[in-house]
Order: sequence, then C-alpha cells, then structure tokens
Amino acid sequence: MPKLTSHPDEVKIISKRFGMGAANIDRYIELGGYEATRKCLAEGSEWIINEMKASGLRGRGGAGFPTGLKWSFVPKQSAKPKYVLVNGDESEPGTCKDHLIFLHDPHAIIEGTIIAGLAIGAKMGFIYLRGEYRYLIEIMEKAVADAYAKGFLGKNIFGTETEFQAVVQTGAGAYEVGEESALMESLEGKRGVPRIKPPFPAVVGLYGGPTVINNAETIASVPHIITMGGAAYAAVGSERNGGTRLFGISGHVERPGIYELPMGYNLKKMIYEVAGGVRGGRKLKAVVPGGSSTPVLLPEEIETLGMDFDQVGKAGSMLGSGGVVVIDDQTCIVEFALRTISFYQHESCGWCIPCREGTDWLKKSLTRFHAGFGTKKDIDNIQYLAENMMGRTFCPLGDAAAMPTLGFVKKFRKEFEDHLDGKPCPYAKHVEVALV
Amino acid sequence: MPDVTFTVDGKKLTAPAGTLLIEACRKAGIEIPAFCYYPGLSLQAACRMCVVRQEKVPKLQTACTTTVAEGQVFTTESPEITQARKATIELLLGNHPLDCPVCDAGGECELQDMTFRYGAGESLYTEAKNHREEQKWSPAVYFDRPRCILCYRCVRMCGEGMDVWALGIANRGSSAIIAPNGGDHLDCEQCGMCIDACPVGALTSDTYRYKTRPWEMNHVSTVCTHCGDGCKVTLGVRQVDDGAEIVRGDNRDKSGINGDFLCAKGRFGFDFVDSKDRLTKPLVRNAAGTLEPVTWEHAIRVVSNKLKEIRDSKTENGGGSSIGVIGSNTGTNEENYLLQKFARTVLGTNNIDHIRTTDYAAFVRAMAGHEHRAASLRDTETAKAILLIGGNPTEEHPLLAWNIRTNFRHNTARLYIATDSPIKLERQARQTLSLPVEGYESLTAFLSGDDSALGEIENAKTFREAVNAEESLLVIFGQEFRGAAIESLVKWGLAKENVKFAYLGDYANSRGAADMGLSPDLLPGYIPVTTPGAFAEEYPNLSTQPGMTAPEMLDAGCRGELAALYIVGSDPVTAYGTDPAALKRAFVVVQDIFLTGTAALADVVLPAASLYEKAGTVTNTFGDIQLVKKAADKAGVKPDFEILVRIAGGMGADVKKLVPFGRGSITVPAVTAPALSVDFVPTPRPIPSLRGIHGDLGQSRGAHSGEADRHAVWLAARGLELRLSPFDPLAALDEIERLVPSYKLDRLNLFAGNDVHSEPGFVPVASLTAPTAAELILPAHDGLFTSGVLGDHTKALVELNSYQESISQPVAEAAAD
Repeated sequence: MPKLTSHPDEVKIISKRFGMGAANIDRYIELGGYEATRKCLAEGSEWIINEMKASGLRGRGGAGFPTGLKWSFVPKQSAKPKYVLVNGDESEPGTCKDHLIFLHDPHAIIEGTIIAGLAIGAKMGFIYLRGEYRYLIEIMEKAVADAYAKGFLGKNIFGTETEFQAVVQTGAGAYEVGEESALMESLEGKRGVPRIKPPFPAVVGLYGGPTVINNAETIASVPHIITMGGAAYAAVGSERNGGTRLFGISGHVERPGIYELPMGYNLKKMIYEVAGGVRGGRKLKAVVPGGSSTPVLLPEEIETLGMDFDQVGKAGSMLGSGGVVVIDDQTCIVEFALRTISFYQHESCGWCIPCREGTDWLKKSLTRFHAGFGTKKDIDNIQYLAENMMGRTFCPLGDAAAMPTLGFVKKFRKEFEDHLDGKPCPYAKHVEVALV
Repeated sequence: MPDVTFTVDGKKLTAPAGTLLIEACRKAGIEIPAFCYYPGLSLQAACRMCVVRQEKVPKLQTACTTTVAEGQVFTTESPEITQARKATIELLLGNHPLDCPVCDAGGECELQDMTFRYGAGESLYTEAKNHREEQKWSPAVYFDRPRCILCYRCVRMCGEGMDVWALGIANRGSSAIIAPNGGDHLDCEQCGMCIDACPVGALTSDTYRYKTRPWEMNHVSTVCTHCGDGCKVTLGVRQVDDGAEIVRGDNRDKSGINGDFLCAKGRFGFDFVDSKDRLTKPLVRNAAGTLEPVTWEHAIRVVSNKLKEIRDSKTENGGGSSIGVIGSNTGTNEENYLLQKFARTVLGTNNIDHIRTTDYAAFVRAMAGHEHRAASLRDTETAKAILLIGGNPTEEHPLLAWNIRTNFRHNTARLYIATDSPIKLERQARQTLSLPVEGYESLTAFLSGDDSALGEIENAKTFREAVNAEESLLVIFGQEFRGAAIESLVKWGLAKENVKFAYLGDYANSRGAADMGLSPDLLPGYIPVTTPGAFAEEYPNLSTQPGMTAPEMLDAGCRGELAALYIVGSDPVTAYGTDPAALKRAFVVVQDIFLTGTAALADVVLPAASLYEKAGTVTNTFGDIQLVKKAADKAGVKPDFEILVRIAGGMGADVKKLVPFGRGSITVPAVTAPALSVDFVPTPRPIPSLRGIHGDLGQSRGAHSGEADRHAVWLAARGLELRLSPFDPLAALDEIERLVPSYKLDRLNLFAGNDVHSEPGFVPVASLTAPTAAELILPAHDGLFTSGVLGDHTKALVELNSYQESISQPVAEAAAD
C-alpha cells in the first residue's frame, strides 16, 4: 500500500476510505458502503437526479459539465436499452487520480454506477478501465464479482425487483478512447474513433441506446453525495463548483501527489503549501493547471487563482483533469512543448486532417527547432499550425494538442527565439534532450 | 419532412427540414468543398474542408453533418473559412508527394482542384515527407499510399456500397493507412469502385495507371457491352496508329442509369477491342479450303452474289426460305432491326432467330396490354418492397444488386428472396425462402394460396404472408422462369395493384434482339408474322409463314436443306454443339469480332466492329433503352449495320427502302399513336434525385468538362437531323420508333445520355401467338469476370478470374482439412 501523504487543508470525501482496505467488500460495508445505493433504491430516480443537481458536481474528466443535468437528458422511455459507462481511461499526462480510486475504493465506483443506473433507468453498466492499468483490472474485477456474490449486482439487486449488471472492460492503449464516443466505439469492439455529434450519447450512445458516460472520479463522488446530501456537498466547493476534487500535483515540487481539496482552492497555495513549494527552492517558471492539454499559466497568473472550472477558464486556461504540472526555472519550455506535442502526435487517432497532420508537423518542427535548427519563421509557423488546428478538428484531441502549444509560443516566445541560430538549448539543465 | 427556410450567404433557401446543409447548398448552386463527404455513403466529418460559419455557434461547423432547420443563418465563404480550408490543404500537401506530373489523377484530382481554389501554394515545412512504396493489391487495384488523404471514401464504398468490406484503416495518427482485408492483397469483387471514389490518385487501376493523361483522351459515354444491366460507361479513348484505343473505363460523372456504379467488367473489361485475336480483314475460303484475307469489296461481292443467286434460284433447295439468319445478343437495336428487315425483305425469309438466353417473348406476351407494370432498372432503387425469385444479381446483375443494396440502406426497402441456392443478397433480405431446385414452378401457386407443393418448407407461410401483405411490390425473377411459368407468375401479380415486374436475362442487348424481331414468328415489337399489320405495307414481299428457329436452321443446314446461313455476332455452332463438318454443304457467312467456332467453318468471315466501336441504341433486360456511342476505332473492321447495307446494296436491293436516309428522311409519319411529330415532346419520367439527369456527353469535370452540344442533341432528339448516310443507324431508329409499339422514346432524354423505358404494355394483346418453346432458352450465367466469347478475349477479366481462383484456394484447402 503506498504511503498516502496528507495536508491539513485536505477535505476527505472521495478519498476518505483510501488506505483503509475498502477494496475488500466486507470492509467497505463496514465503512458504510452500499448504504447510499439502498437509499437510492428507496428514493427513486427523480430524487437522485435532484440531489445530483443540488450537489453542483461537475464532470471530473475535464469538461466540467454538470452531472445532474447530464443525467436528466436521458429520455425516460427508450426502445433500446440504456447504459451507464464509467470512463476510467485516464491517460492525460499529469493525471493519475482515477487509478487511486480503482486501487483503494473500487466499490465506490460500483456503487456510483448502480446509482447512475437507477437515476436514468439503465440495467447495465460498463466500467471501462485504461488498458495500461493492468494491475487494477484484477482489483476491479474482484470487486464486481464480490458485489455479484453479495447480490448488489444482478437480476434482483439488494433483494428488490430492480436489475443491474456491471462489466469491467479494458482499453487497448489509446488516449483517444478517453473521448466518450470513441470509448463507446472501442467498447463495441471497433476502432477507437469518435462519433459525429449530435446525436449525443444521452440520446444515442452505446449500441445505439441512451447512455450516460461519466469519469471515474465523478462516479465515485456519487455515493458520497447521496450520503452527505447534495446541498452539503455543494457547500464544500466554490460557486457553481460543488465539492472536492482529487488534484494531482506533479513536476518540480517538493511533495508531488494526489490531494483532495475543495473546488476553488488557490493554486499558489496548492503549490507552495500543500505540495511543499518548488523543488530545491528554485523559482517557478510556469504551471500547467489541468493536465497537459491545458494552456500554461505564468506565476503572476496564479496569485489569486481559485482552482475551479470557471476561475481557471477566466484566466485563459482550463481546469481539465486537475493534473497540476509545476515547471521550475531550469526547464526548457521548447522541450516541454516538444514533449507535450509528442504525446498528442502519438495519440492522435488519425481520423481528421488537422489533428493527424497538424500534430505530426508540430512535432517535426519542434524537434528540429529544439535541436537548434530553427528559424524565426518557424516560430510563426508553429503558432500558425496550432491556430489552424484550434476548433477545426473532429474531436477535442486536436484542441488539446494546439492549446498548450499556443500557450507556450505566445507566453514564452523569447525562449523560442533563444534557440535560434544554431545555439544549444540554453535552458535544459537537468533534463536530457528528448528526441524521439 | 416539412420545408424550412434558412439563409446561406445572404440568400434565402428552402429545403426539407433535416437536409444536410452541403446537399441543400449544392442544389442551390452553392458549392461547398469536401473530400470525405460522398452522397449516399455514411458521414465522416473527417476532412474538415466543408467548414462553414453558423450564426450563434462558436466554432466553425461541418456542412456535411449540419442539418438545416428553420431560420438558421450560414456563411460558406469568408476570409476565416477560406483560411481554414487553406490550412487543411497545406497540412495535406505537407506529406503529399506532389507527383502530379505523373499521377493518374493529375487533371482530374480533387486535391489539385482545391489547391487551385484555395491557393495553398507555399510549403511551410522543411522536414522530409512520410513515404511508403506503392502496393499492388490485386490485378486490378494499386495503392499509392503517400497520395492518400484518408477520406475513407474507398472504405465506405467497399463496405456500405458493395457490401464487401474489404478495406479498413490500420495504424493510427499520422501512420494511419488504408489497408486491404487480405493484409497485402484484396479479397473482394474487384469492382474498382474504390478507385472511382478516390478523390486523388491513391487508388489506381492496372488497366489505366501511367498510360496517359486525362486531357489526352476523348471521353465517350456509351453502354457497357457485357451483362444485361446496361450500365453507362465513360470510355477514355486515345488515338493510335490503327484507330483509337480505349485506355480507361469508368463513370466518373455519375450520370445515367448506374449513377456511381460500375463492376469489374464495365470498368476493366474493354481490352478485347485490342486483342490480337481480333478479326481485322475479311476472309474468304479459297479453292484450297483455307480462309484467305481479301479486300472488303471482294468479300461483299462474294457474299451478295452468292446470296442473290440462292434467293433467286428456283431449284428445290433455293429461294429465300433456304437461307437462315441468326442475329446477335450484343449488337445494337438498329442492327438487329436492320438484320431482320434485310432477312425478311431482301432475302425473303422468316428463318431468323438469335441464341435466346431469356424468354422475353413469353414475358412481353404476359405483360402485353398492361401499361406501367414493367419495371425500369431505376425502380429497383426506390421500390418499397422487392420480391426476388431466382437469379443471382450479385454475380450476374451487379448493378441490380447495387441498387437493391442502396435501396435497402437508404430507404430500408424490404427484400424477399426465393432461391434454390444461397445468394449474397440474402444479407439484405427480410426473409429468404429456400426453394427446392424444381420449386420455382410451384411458387406462383403457393403464393396464391396452394400449399400442396411448398407448404412444408419451414418459413414458407410467413414468407407468403409478408409478401402478400406488401402494398406495392417489385417482382424480379430469373431465367429459371420460362414460357407458361412466366405467364402464371405475372398473372398472379397483375391481379394485385402496384405490382411491377422485371425479368433477368444475359448480355447487353438480348432484350433488344427479342424486341427487334429476331424471331422466326415475331416481327419487331412482338407482332406475329402471321398477322403483320402495318408491316404488311412496310415490308414488301413479307411472308406470313413463320420460319425456322436457330436450332432448326442448324439442323436443316446439317441435313443439307439450307443453302445458306448468315450469322451475325453469334456462335451457334458452339452454343448448340453442332458438328462443324455437317454444315459443309451450306454457304456460311459470319460477321463477328473473333474467329469463333462458327466463323472458323464459314465460307466468308467479315470482321465486325464491337459495341464500343459503333453507335446506336441497346435495351437492357429491364427494357431501358440507352444510346451507344462510338468510342474506339479499329482499322479494317466495319459495324454490322454498314456491312448489311453494303451487302443489300450488292444484291441490288433499294437501299433507301431498307434504311430511310437522305432527303425526306426527316418525315416521321404518324403511323401509330402517339404520333411522333416535330412537336412531340414526351413527358420525362421522374428520376430519383440522387442520380444526375443532366445531359453529360462525357466528363463532367476535368479538362474535358462536358459542354454538351445542346443544339445537336435538340436537333437529333426531334428528328431534324438529316440522315445523310445509309450507314447512319439513327435512320433505323426513326423507323423503329414508328413501327415498334413499345418503343415510344423520350428522345431528348435518350440523346442526353439517359435511359428511356420501353413499355411492353403497348404491345397489342389481340395478335399474340403461343409461347415459345422453353428448351430454346440457353441462359449464359456469366459471373463477375466472365462474359461469353468477349470475356475469353478480355485479358483483364481472364487475369482477374484466375486471381480470384488463386486467392480462394487456401480457403478451400482449409475447408478440406
């Protein structure tokens, strides 16, 4: 069991059972588990959705769409079966929050799935786990088997007339499949390529049936919201951003890790107090606030920045998956941009032209640029490429690649210029130049 | 869907709600560029070329996935949109090899057109392009990967359109690539539809690649010479030493009866015209008994003198009735018409027939007097319910199969199949009834409620219930039906409302051969020789005594009772298994393109032009008439039409009576209603919206973009063009229209390159004779890569045939294990 670091500001809601052996179903029940589901079975669909709306819970996958609202979009009557999908395809660089939930509290996922099913009238849930999380598959599958054994899943859950089945499915290693409709394609056994929207999954989703798809953290929050009540949950967070979030702080900080903090928590405080400040007392150069796809923020931009969807959005970036990447002053931004784009180039599914070709050319250009063979025109070209990918691609992956690149070029143009004229990289002090 | 009004670039447009914006705009003349969008196939939104600005929507929207609704406001051209499209093209060109100077698609390439339009003229990158070697996927299909822009048209065309699913996508991101199902080769129907759908030169065909440039060809729209569906094919023709050669077949302007579609035979099966086996010189058997090349003048003199001598001979074995004439399944209507007129009026014999592959006479007999009950091929694309009895459209009628699949996909048409062996179309069928081989005869009775024969079959009754519950039905039946069986089936359907019929037969103009009176007992239009009506006046010396059928003629020839046999484009000796030696006593003349079994024993062999080397009309098995245009040219050969006129002339016949040409040829006297006067403009039939009704006359894009000579079309359509030559087949068409009741043609449509349906309902009922003997019917059952004698001499088809056998072998072996 990994050591779970903590900080006084942490508000333990989702993580409250972490480190307590809750993967064991009996232990989970002992800790109050599955009570939320019983309550929901008694209260019914409308009540659940109202609680969810009251909680102000917004999708933890990155887009921040209000969960209660999403559930309410699912039509009451449907000729085709409805489904609940748990998106556990956590792949965004800088993000590793969901794996902790699967590791420590798999039954919270199952419970959340059942409750989502009760809310929308689905009888089937799929828990889609990132393919690379091999070590979590067994844990999750055992949890599902245990839940079946206890009668919490199956034809008559908790001895009622209600049916709910759950299946664990793994991906095959594609970031793109984290996109909801691509995940459905993958789950159906097809190539992981997104679908045209509309229709949205709530109307036509998995196997053509109305589908609710939520991030694993969102789903794991559900039983806690039911237990503490939507209003109480909402009160923890900031305005229109209910509850807490698992923030993953990585990069050049003294105590990197996953911290559960209330929505709206100040980013500067998060870096300097919760995570112990920049490593080795160095200076902060930049922060990526919500996973590698979100535009970089400068130190002066985080002074009073509260980490919720609205405030970070206003600051010109995105809260995203809550993966905070801290960059110190000995890091080369060009190399950071290259590392970032390399990931998206590798993960682009290739479906649409701007993303497929754009990420490839960005990577090629940045590789050459970082090696010292760039020209001034290349800087403009890189910006031009990224600008022409933004908003033009089939799915958000193109934006995810273009946004950070634009941020780097616009905010650190001087660092790019410092690479001109065959000069060796003047910044990279402690990272080997990564040429892929 | 109710109409909605929306605004595009300041113009108010109206379209049914839910129409795709890109389609609504195209109809209004606003072109939105797109690579991945392809009408009729599933939507991709992958190329991002069709981006437009929609008011109140933050991002640019793809016009190919946006459906129109009331009050929407769109902008399709603006600096922002132009920049987005330009950027997309820049990205595509980044890895594109830019080998336009040698690329097959150069000049006909959508990527070139878009680059020209949006001006991505500058390269932004200095890095090397991604490159992969060209691959040969099959004898027909090559893949040049670097040129591929991943629009997925080929994947969808193959999967959705052809129901073959031989193409997919391998790898991802910038390594993503179109890949065939066989890993490195294609296991498919080799239709080449992927090549046609490809907007660039990534998919190329073995027959065309690196042969020429599009602007060096003339593009001639004509009709495929192979099966009975009669697809329109655009032949790319280039001048060579001994005429003009065909270098490409496709239907790139998507016009005509087949829209997008062509199969392997239509697309690749044209090289027989340049086969080294082609006859190019007239041959006359010399004293030594061998065939010797002679001049045309000599050959014609030999034939006309001999025929005249036999016709005029008063001996027992002389006179017109001692001459037999056998016509062709691939010649034009005009040639077949002229052949029987020549036989009946010049030779003075009713001994005229063709190798019958299909019992059209029985079909028309059953349909006579019932207008609007014969289906056009176009009906198969829109019919709500189809009952297919017998036949194997996927193999033998690829266009019909394509139409049924399209109808199933777009309109969820209900298909019912009754068959004695499994066929591929069952995948689209709502219900399939497995009949015993002998079960076709009893099917009609069963459908009418008689359980005695088929009632035991498992799903037979639910099948019948479903079929009978259909409010409208298109009944398509195969050559399993002949004679009385056709009559009873049609009778069953005619008793119901909204039932239409189609009868499936072989070859490009088998239907035309029957329609044009290549029968010993039936004149053109199925009018019995015993009661010839108007023909009595038109055809001087017409005998009202039915003549011999083709097998009877050969038998009579073997017995020495026939003095001469005149055979056009047909190989009866092989077809009927006649002993070649037995025919020695008859004077045999053969007009053909190859030295067939019959030609080899002939006394005179006349080298004929193929269907791709002449003009006229042909009628497909559905009775749809189309215009054939001369594409290729071969030195030494002559069209059958010209040969016949020359021989008739040589025999001293009044050629002007045979072919109404010259001064006075314009008059189109009103013999039968409706009168075909100068002002007669028939009402065009509505044509399904997805298909072009535009007169194409060749390529609709690229260098030879079809500027139709509308003036010429108009004149021709109204019969105002003076027929200056006795060799002009259209002079015969005038006469056909005048005398054949079912051929009332919408000529403007016909001459503009579209199909015009004939109406067997116009055939007069009163004068019908007894049905033909069923045993006279010899179905050819040519498949995807065979086409009778033509197929044997078509290298591309022979290669494909052996390739298909070689790739299917491992499967057979595995099954044997």
